[in-house]
Amino acid sequence: MRLDAATETPHCGMAGHGAGRPRRATTATEDMLRGVWRENPVLVQTLGLCPMLAVTNSVANAMVMSVATFFVLVCSSLLVAGVKGFIPREVRISSFILIIATFVTVADMSLEALVPDIHKALGAFVPLIVVNCIILGRQEAFASKHTVGRAGLDAIGMGAGFTVAMLMMGAVRELLGSGSFLGWNVFGPSFEPWVIMILPPGGFLTLAFIHLTLTWLHQRRARRTARAALGEVAEVAVAGRAV
Amino acid sequence: MGDLAWIFFSAMVVNNFTLALFLGLCPFMGVSGRIETALRMGLANIFVLTLTSLSVWVLNRFVLETAPYLRLIAFIVVIASLVQIVEMVIKKVSPTLFRQLGIFLPLITTNCAILALAIFTTARGYGLVEGLVFAVGAGFGLALALVLMASIRVNMDLADVPGVARGLALVLVIAGSLSLAFMGFAGLLSSSG
Repeated sequence: MRLDAATETPHCGMAGHGAGRPRRATTATEDMLRGVWRENPVLVQTLGLCPMLAVTNSVANAMVMSVATFFVLVCSSLLVAGVKGFIPREVRISSFILIIATFVTVADMSLEALVPDIHKALGAFVPLIVVNCIILGRQEAFASKHTVGRAGLDAIGMGAGFTVAMLMMGAVRELLGSGSFLGWNVFGPSFEPWVIMILPPGGFLTLAFIHLTLTWLHQRRARRTARAALGEVAEVAVAGRAV
Repeated sequence: MGDLAWIFFSAMVVNNFTLALFLGLCPFMGVSGRIETALRMGLANIFVLTLTSLSVWVLNRFVLETAPYLRLIAFIVVIASLVQIVEMVIKKVSPTLFRQLGIFLPLITTNCAILALAIFTTARGYGLVEGLVFAVGAGFGLALALVLMASIRVNMDLADVPGVARGLALVLVIAGSLSLAFMGFAGLLSSSG
């Protein structure tokens, strides 16, 4: 990997929104809250799609995966922000990856000890948190340029955003695919589960529908704003003619 | 021999890395806009996967037996440096090939399919030959998925898609249908025994 070039090219998903945009200074609250919804790493920036699709076939799996990712993201952001002065620019990405890999190993072993069943169900996807682009992306874009406190807040926000997206997917897929929520039967015995939803195609289709809904809402809002603006212009014109 | 064929086809179609296991989705969404690009990305993937498989075997055999807790860190570091070395060698030896693989080489290191291959190979206890067959099979599977996706997307460019579905949502719906089709291969293994 040409470690410095890899981050300059938007490659993960269709990411790169706002990568080169100069940012105005943000407040601490903004740092934390923007990750949850407005700049949600999964739904808006389309990063970290692999775990998003692979382990959301039940709410429990999605939740454990989110907790692990949250832990790794927050710990690495704090550490990276803390030691950023000691890391030479040329080897920063490799250093970030090493830091992330260390915390992932910790998370992997803890999960194996605490929730062995779910750890087994998640399989290779716990170690694969290392290559989750959300985490490396936040180190490169934020933690390596800000103070420890800000980096921690940003990581908490992004981690929460990831969790929100994971739980959205997990809830839809488990409700439709098994008729249950966290293992509790919701729809009663007469419900015929849509098995496809917990199989691989269901993951793609659920995420597609979430994206369709979000785009539709976004476009509707844009249309309304445009219409409102047009209405104002018309009013002004009418008023002008009356005078 | 039967075992090796089984490993190959299982990795290529039945447990296709992209469409059944959701690995390597980033290039699948990102560079599947044109068939030629997708093909090159697929070839680069096969190449890197094979190299990874080799180095994983070396690591598992000679280094990691004494320190299994360093596995993940060792894998990611070795894969990253290996690809960087290969890139430099190719640049020196064959500039033509380098231009063709171009930016794809550095990009695939951060691709989760590569690390996943290392983890799967270790978890299943594959030897050298089995690991290589597995890697090539997985690589062909990735290339197949990429090229299929690119061919469909090229045709969709001409279709009249509702505005709300353009972009990522459309790609995801296509991927869902492809994944559905690939599920048909699941019967392949059970019927052949």
